[in-house]
Amino acid sequence: MDLGSFLVQLLNSIQYGLLLFLIASGLTLVFGIMGVINLAHGSFYMIGAYLAWSLTAKIGSFWLALPVGIVLTVALGMLMEWLFIQKLYARDHLYQVLLTYGLILAFEELRAIIWGNDVHGVTVPAPFTGSIPLTETLSYPVYRLWISAVVVVLAIAMYFLIQRTRLGMMIRAGAANREMVQLLGINIRMVYRFVFAFGVALAAFAGMISAPVSSVFPGMGGQVLIVSFVVVVIGGIGSVKGALVAAILIGLVDTFGKVTTLEIAGFNVLPELSGMATYLLMAGVLLWRPEGIFGKRL
Amino acid sequence: MRSDRTATVLGIVLLLVLVALPFFAGKYYVQLATKIMIMAVFAMSLDLLVGYAGLVSLGHAAFYGLGAYLVALAAPQYQAANFWTSLPLAVGGAALLAAAIGFFAVRTQGIYFIMVTLAFAQMVYFVFHDTKIAGGSDGIFIDVRPDAKIAGWTPFDLADFVQLYFVVLVAFVAVYVLLRVVLRSLFGRVVQGIRVNEHRMKSLGYSTFRYKLAAFILAGALAGLAGYFGAVQYGAVNPEMLGWHLSGSVLMMVILGGMGTLTGAVVGATAFLLLELLFQSLTEHWQLLMGGTIVLVALFLPHGIAGLARPLFGRKDG
Amino acid sequence: MAASVLSVERLSRNFGGLAAVSGVSLECGMGEVHAVIGPNGAGKSTLINLLSGDLPPSSGRVRLDGRDITGLSSDRVSRLGVGRSYQKTNVFLPFTVFENARLAAQSRLPSSLRFFRPAASLRHVNDAAERAIGEAGLAGREGVAVAALSHGEQRQVEIAMTLATSPKLLLLDEPLAGMGGEEAARIVELLKRLAADHAMLLVEHDMDAVFALANKLTVMVNGVVLESGPPEQIRGSRAVQEAYLGGDEEHD
Repeated sequence: MDLGSFLVQLLNSIQYGLLLFLIASGLTLVFGIMGVINLAHGSFYMIGAYLAWSLTAKIGSFWLALPVGIVLTVALGMLMEWLFIQKLYARDHLYQVLLTYGLILAFEELRAIIWGNDVHGVTVPAPFTGSIPLTETLSYPVYRLWISAVVVVLAIAMYFLIQRTRLGMMIRAGAANREMVQLLGINIRMVYRFVFAFGVALAAFAGMISAPVSSVFPGMGGQVLIVSFVVVVIGGIGSVKGALVAAILIGLVDTFGKVTTLEIAGFNVLPELSGMATYLLMAGVLLWRPEGIFGKRL
Repeated sequence: MRSDRTATVLGIVLLLVLVALPFFAGKYYVQLATKIMIMAVFAMSLDLLVGYAGLVSLGHAAFYGLGAYLVALAAPQYQAANFWTSLPLAVGGAALLAAAIGFFAVRTQGIYFIMVTLAFAQMVYFVFHDTKIAGGSDGIFIDVRPDAKIAGWTPFDLADFVQLYFVVLVAFVAVYVLLRVVLRSLFGRVVQGIRVNEHRMKSLGYSTFRYKLAAFILAGALAGLAGYFGAVQYGAVNPEMLGWHLSGSVLMMVILGGMGTLTGAVVGATAFLLLELLFQSLTEHWQLLMGGTIVLVALFLPHGIAGLARPLFGRKDG
Repeated sequence: MAASVLSVERLSRNFGGLAAVSGVSLECGMGEVHAVIGPNGAGKSTLINLLSGDLPPSSGRVRLDGRDITGLSSDRVSRLGVGRSYQKTNVFLPFTVFENARLAAQSRLPSSLRFFRPAASLRHVNDAAERAIGEAGLAGREGVAVAALSHGEQRQVEIAMTLATSPKLLLLDEPLAGMGGEEAARIVELLKRLAADHAMLLVEHDMDAVFALANKLTVMVNGVVLESGPPEQIRGSRAVQEAYLGGDEEHD
């Protein structure tokens, strides 16, 4: 691999990793703060992508579709928390798994009813349609760079929100001691509702901004969900920092696993098995630190 | 004591009905009953983990699917596999996979365990989906059912739906009895103690890792057995048999019937498959109804159908 | 001096920057009752957790019969003959009293990876469970689910389970916590009887019980040992008076 294509792959893996972080951070916050495992998180990613596609078609502008989509998914998140998730806080994880699995089936079918079963594409919006030349023969799409930049900005904003604001303090206190927070007169139910809706919106937003680079298709939520789980397992439950590190790590392993070749007895095994690399990484981390890199010891 | 006797009588009546079924029911119903019994074995194996050991596995389909794939992989193309070698291969293969996954997964707890089992199962899914080992995403047909010939004599023919039904019935009863025995054994009590209070089991001197891993392997092996017969009946294998949707469905079966009772797993598998048929007959968007049902069960029926029946029969301790 | 069953050398445990237990050394021999007392937050429970293997120490040594058991996991420590009870009742609530004690007794089998042997069929395990239940004063309550017992009886189950593992060293974390006067007196009698053929390390707030039982006391404050010695010495110690025994008689 020469330097130019190495650079392209590096940028690809960082962009993929950052996108994964955006999805997984919502998962890990909901795990860490409310103790809820949400299988339907991937469905919100899918819903985001379909919203980006259909709203862009209706409104005629991707940039207008984004805010409308965010408002809609925050509302959806609030509704889901109010209808279902809040009834699960005191319940065993088993029922959280079951209920959110039921939601996946329902969301997939609703998606089929509303948007059909076809694969769709969203055109890359102006002004990010061009490419930046890296070497004489290789260039890199500006839109992908924009995705990375947006996620970095969001990550910094999240850091300040959690570490420096009153809301963030409530969130951190809620994770540490629910009863104490309630004694302080903080409305923990509203904090939880906000956190859940925030997580939903993050996943949906990831779906929206990735729609122009990957196609919009049925079942796209399932794949993303499982990789996000691996991110959370590697990073440690509840750790946003861990999610960031793990997501970038997986981005690197996955992207370079696909382009590196490894021959065993004349057979080229790596590209076919690159899907496994992510999971082998998880297995290694589990042996080393079963609670994840930045997780609290159990 | 009285409810014990009632249960025994009910069990014997059910067994007699099952034995007699092919003599009065048509092909459709015999095949449906075969499928239900296969899923019941699968659900019982998961109930050992979820209901008795307290291990919520969301990757149980990996073992079912591997058992199924081994039927196809054990057979030379266009020929039959040998039943007497391929069955132990499927069960043993699933057990081996469970040992490998369990070695990592059982170290973790709670939410981690759920995610890790799901992730490793998905890895197995990708192995069969992305490589050409067994037909990739299309899967493969099992052209000829496994051959049960032994020393020149063929005791049964799995291609015949009635004979397959009886073989599956034997496997179903055997697994039920086996699990009943195991749950009462020294091992079974340790596993149930771990579900209630793992920390205390450790301070009593039990190396809980070992027992949880053993339960995981046993459950995986039995799921492999179910997968074997699932593939034999269906006549084909595909990656969906390893997929996490099946893992979710079998978890639903266990809870629907009432977890922590083997009978509950059987009732749950039956109810789930019948509901599926009902919903499919109503609308092409039947998954919406199934998803809604699952949500309602999670919210309002945590002890499943057994929880509904409890007020009728009176509470039983333990 | 008789060989110690338990010998602790400069044991420490830090949580972050905080030293919960710092440089604690103590000995406990067969037939001896060693009580660890001190105000809340002195590190007594942490000390028990370090000795039982529930927590790994940051530094120091723990020896059982001369064998180094520092940092071993709780199941290994238990198998070497250490039985512990918990401050907060830590039992199997849905199971019967008998099954609680039977599971404890079963833990002494070389292995429980026996899939076909009915659990109820091992005579010596059942006998050990019955004996422990009798010793803990619960005879006749075998068939009752622990969840249905009173708090005091649940404490007795806790002790029965500890005894059913036939330990030589008993680590008892506030065995009298939350017990009524009559129940407490019964447990004190039981512990007196057990003291003869066990080494016993006891954390307890009930000073009457402590002085009735212990032949050695260690006073801990803020993770360190303030003073250690026979009951008369501790009773007369001015430092202990000031730090702990004196002032308002704050129990619990």
